[in-house]
Amino acid sequence: MTGPRLGLWCDGVPRRALVLCGILLAVLLAAPLALNSYLLSVLILVLYFAYTGQAWNVMMGFAGQLSLGHSLYIGLGAYTAAALFMHFGINPWVGSLAAMVVAAAFGAAVGYLAFRFGIGGVYFALLTIAFAEFTRIGFDHFPWVGGAGGLFLKVVGKGRFDLLHLRGSAVMFYYLLLALTVAAFLLCHRLMRSKIGYYWLAIREDQDAAQALGIHTFRYKMYAVLLSSAMTALGGVFYAFYYNNLFPEQIFSMERSVEIVLGPIIGGLGTLFGPLLGAFVLTVLAEGLRDLLSALGLALPGATQVFYGVCLLAVIVFLPDGIWPGLRRLLGLDRAAGPGPKREG
Amino acid sequence: MTWSLVLNVAVGGILTGLVYGLMALGLSVIFGVVKVVNFAHGEMMSIAMYLAVLAFATLHLDPLLMIVPVAAVFFAFGYLLQIGLINPFINRPEHSQFMLLIAVALIIVNGLLMIFGPDARDAMVGYAYDSLQFGPLLVDKVRLYGAAAALLGSAALFAFFRFAPTGKAIRACADNYLGAQVVGLNVKQLYALTFGLGTACVGAAGCIMVLLVDVTPTVGTAYTLLAFVIVIVGGLGSMAGALIGGVLIGLSEALAGLVMDPSAKSMVSFALLVVVLLFRPQGLAGRRA
Repeated sequence: MTGPRLGLWCDGVPRRALVLCGILLAVLLAAPLALNSYLLSVLILVLYFAYTGQAWNVMMGFAGQLSLGHSLYIGLGAYTAAALFMHFGINPWVGSLAAMVVAAAFGAAVGYLAFRFGIGGVYFALLTIAFAEFTRIGFDHFPWVGGAGGLFLKVVGKGRFDLLHLRGSAVMFYYLLLALTVAAFLLCHRLMRSKIGYYWLAIREDQDAAQALGIHTFRYKMYAVLLSSAMTALGGVFYAFYYNNLFPEQIFSMERSVEIVLGPIIGGLGTLFGPLLGAFVLTVLAEGLRDLLSALGLALPGATQVFYGVCLLAVIVFLPDGIWPGLRRLLGLDRAAGPGPKREG
Repeated sequence: MTWSLVLNVAVGGILTGLVYGLMALGLSVIFGVVKVVNFAHGEMMSIAMYLAVLAFATLHLDPLLMIVPVAAVFFAFGYLLQIGLINPFINRPEHSQFMLLIAVALIIVNGLLMIFGPDARDAMVGYAYDSLQFGPLLVDKVRLYGAAAALLGSAALFAFFRFAPTGKAIRACADNYLGAQVVGLNVKQLYALTFGLGTACVGAAGCIMVLLVDVTPTVGTAYTLLAFVIVIVGGLGSMAGALIGGVLIGLSEALAGLVMDPSAKSMVSFALLVVVLLFRPQGLAGRRA
């Protein structure tokens, strides 16, 4: 158990945290056995937001660059893989590589323009929104991928389990997404305790000081954007093959970007568990509310979103660090050392 | 494409742009003084649009007559919002402020959706399709009246900041937060006034806007983005810049509608935004920070 390889991952992590992680993973692995298809779809949604939130967190939580246009990378990833599959029959696994490259290229363009010209803060956030909107309108008028009318993949029977072509049941997608989420979690865990992670923290906390210490801030901010956009693109590929339909209006919309942002902010910005916890809390509460309202005969369109808004408002006002830092204290998992959540002045 | 067509479209675009300018003026004033970006700006405007449409549908009041009452209500709304919600966030990091206002926007859009449903509504005034002729130029009455009202509103705001003692005090806060406190200005109070003025602008712009476009609950996001584009092009925090940016965007959108698919015309605005961000990040009329 204490081989050098495992030690690399577990070094400095309290035993209690490892046990709890193990239990959580076991529960998630066993979940499809106990859940009906509706609850499974809710859990898939949770994992989807956990994964995309984790990817977004790399940029904002770690490196401090606020992107409000992450739907750009979701959409590009989804459209690239789906269009390659539909038009040329290219395997989605190969397609997802292409999707990551395309999304990272766009991320590089956004990052280069912004960081090269010293655009930060408000202006950077607006630039990311502008890029997402620009691309949305562009895809609306891009006939090769169906334009505003949307792009559809053939739906297959429920019994299929074709992992190679990403055609199969919800259970297959669930495990796929779980693997993706775990991989992203482990990657972020490693990154947080590597040189690059510490550089990001330095840039996040005080960019001028980081630069004065000799950190190549442009390069490290670019790394964050590239990694985050490529990771987010995989979320998009998943979205395309799970839902089988894509509309620019939906996938590139600003609401999509905001949804991605909600989980990490509510869970705890810059923490590893924040995106997971935030996605879980938000999705489960929203679905529960929807069921409650429809049971009461009050199902109004927009009610869930109003609820999201109120939750977000409450968390930002009362828990500026998110839920996770408090919960971590409660579980007795606080580490003396190591990067914690961002402390707001 | 004849020259008279281009001229007609350009004049229409400029007139619409003045209304955009009034809307963006609100955002610019708020950012310039409070240093908070109002991410719910367009959403607030959609509330005003619904108020105007409702007043027209029930009481047959011309939306232009609604400008003053709606602006007054919006002033109170903005004042209370700043006092209750935003003042505690003044010294928080930027992203918390963003998220706060995005939450407000989310609640507004979906609250409107719950109340009014997803269908588009409009206010069909009697002169909706009338136009005035000046030589080869045909000008829609709604655009002309709307632009005149927008100019009047903007002029009133300029005059307030230029001549009124409170306006001067607000400018002092914007120039030097600490200095304003030192000379005994109640900065929090002045911030609330400013936010109220900003929302009053957007309320007035909303009343005018219902003459030009239909309103749906989700229309706000597009206008928030449009207002951002305008104030960044013009110069974030510059009042003259907001009007210049509004006219420029209105004009470029209208002309783009001539040469490309009208639904793609806002790509031109976003392209303009990117160009301005790259080569003149402080905006056309902005001062370098």
